[in-house]
Amino acid sequence: MDFDTIIQILDSAVRLMTPLLLACLAGLYSERSGVFDIGLEGKMLMAAFTAAAVAYATGNPWLGLLAGIAGSTALSLIHGLASITFMGNQLISGVAINFLASGMTVLLGQKIFGLGGRTPSLTEGGRFGEITLPFADTIREVPFIGPIYAELLSGHTALVYVAFACVPLTWWILSRTRFGLRLRAVGENPASVDTAGVSVTRLRFAAVAICGVLCGLAGAYLATGLSAGFVKEMTAGRGFIALAALIFAKWRPWSALFATFLFGLLEAIANRYPNLDLGVVTIPSMFMNALPYILTVIILAGFVGRAIPPRAGGEPYVKER
Amino acid sequence: MDKMPKWADVILTPVISLVLAMAISAIVILAIGESPWMALKTMVDGALGSSYGWGFTLYYTTNFIFTGLAVAVAYHASLFNIGGEGQAMMGGLGVALVLLYLPLPHWVLALPFAMIGAAMFGAAWALIPAWLQAKRGSHIVITTIMFNFIAAALLNYVLVNILRPVGSMDPASARFPEATHLPTLSDLALVLGVEWGKNTPVNVTFFVALIACVLVWALIWRTRLGYEIRAFGRSEPAAMYAGISPVRITVIAMLVSGALAGLMAINNVMGESERLLLNAVEGAGFIGIAVALMGRNHPFGVVLAALLFGFLYQGGGELALWTSIPRELIIVIQALVILFTGALDNMVRMPLERLFLALSNKRKDA
Repeated sequence: MDFDTIIQILDSAVRLMTPLLLACLAGLYSERSGVFDIGLEGKMLMAAFTAAAVAYATGNPWLGLLAGIAGSTALSLIHGLASITFMGNQLISGVAINFLASGMTVLLGQKIFGLGGRTPSLTEGGRFGEITLPFADTIREVPFIGPIYAELLSGHTALVYVAFACVPLTWWILSRTRFGLRLRAVGENPASVDTAGVSVTRLRFAAVAICGVLCGLAGAYLATGLSAGFVKEMTAGRGFIALAALIFAKWRPWSALFATFLFGLLEAIANRYPNLDLGVVTIPSMFMNALPYILTVIILAGFVGRAIPPRAGGEPYVKER
Repeated sequence: MDKMPKWADVILTPVISLVLAMAISAIVILAIGESPWMALKTMVDGALGSSYGWGFTLYYTTNFIFTGLAVAVAYHASLFNIGGEGQAMMGGLGVALVLLYLPLPHWVLALPFAMIGAAMFGAAWALIPAWLQAKRGSHIVITTIMFNFIAAALLNYVLVNILRPVGSMDPASARFPEATHLPTLSDLALVLGVEWGKNTPVNVTFFVALIACVLVWALIWRTRLGYEIRAFGRSEPAAMYAGISPVRITVIAMLVSGALAGLMAINNVMGESERLLLNAVEGAGFIGIAVALMGRNHPFGVVLAALLFGFLYQGGGELALWTSIPRELIIVIQALVILFTGALDNMVRMPLERLFLALSNKRKDA
């Protein structure tokens, strides 16, 4: 494996990790506030569809992005209604949202475009273009640093850079702002936040809404950045990989960056080498595909660093006792 | 004192939830420019209007009874087993290995062996999440989700690299021996001299599913173990105080649950496709969640809910055939049923409780 190949694989890993990173951070806000969300997959899928549909209709990916955010946030609000307002089971609500998205996207897609659930392919104008960072072409020829800058860092769509910027931003919000402190507190001990006179309901709804927005970005990136249009079930389990990454990262933003990069890299390697020959053994692509899930189970089992979820996670807050 | 009479809790709330889910589905159908009434008529005609329709409806029902029971048993121990899909996949692998490698001369002999294979593989796939939950405190919902994906990858590997016959391209096992094919209900009807449900996949597994319902009922409400499962599900500290081991109950409940999900393979793998296919389960594991919620985790309710979903499934296929409504409408209905009977349960329950409280107060005043 030469240097160019490594750069190509890393470049592909960056593209593939972006939706995972956005969805993972989405889940991070929600779960840190005490609302479990296994509906990341559904929200991404819905966002991918609405983004692709509007981007196709208007020829503008930014309008598509807004539509993606709207689609995903609508599902988030259903999740909030069920799990915060009506104190329902958050896991069951998440399952329902996944199915709702899976069915509605095809139903609407078939109704609007009549292509069996697909949207028509987006042309250049409807997709996010690649951004070339300044001087990328001039220093491309510089050995080592040149390719890293020009191939790996430059030439991604805007949402990739947004996703990476979200990591320090999330870290800052959660650990350095009043809102973030309260958000974390409401996930650990909502009663204390309530006693301090802060609305648990409002905080959790805010977290769920942020989750919707970020899932919207993730879905829009999938449909209008990574590929050109919506295809039935195009998220293909990425929402669950993001969930796995969230646990892997122990609900922390910087670790989320690392975890999603690892999972993106695994996907990139599996795409490039369907059967990875290590000389002694040949690793089948199925194993590479399953590896994120296997790693998560190992982490969850606590054999390699224990993952402890927010204490009040999954429990609706009941004010009167 | 209960806020509501039992009948309202057991019958009224699910029925209202179902009506709400159906009403929204009707709006969805209207929104895509079709008539809900015609859609319903097409579904009823296609699923219940002929013995052919019934043959498919009951076939799907059989699948959903198994996966519904699987979710229900775990739920009594207050464990949410979302891994029915993976467990049913592994059950299929168990069935395939038994039927391909054991020389079984007749289906009467093959059925119990295949059942053991299916149940053991399904249970084994539930064992690891159960053990991790009981011993290491890792959340069973997350681990069972992960195990669904791992099962899919494993099955893909086994089918492509091991079970695929030489020269075949599609990821599927060889056909099972002729002697092990299960008789369909239409075969049985012919023996009685009745022509019923020709070319439909419903087979003797349907009766196995009904027997499983009775056994699950007996297990949960008539045995010591069932009592322990329910006690543990209601309150873990109370159960521990009564000397019930949480580890033991968690593991046993999940083993039973996984075995039930695995047993579904008797129907779809052994009874219908007669070889192991990659996507044999087709989401039935997830429908089990809706079925168990709808059926209030009671075997009798599970049968009714499974029948409802069997009808929806077969009817949905007919819809896709005769109208411009895609099959995916069923997924939307399924989502709405899960949403209303599961997550938004309180939305229906709270006003009802208030209503019944007001009624009983009025009666007291009078």
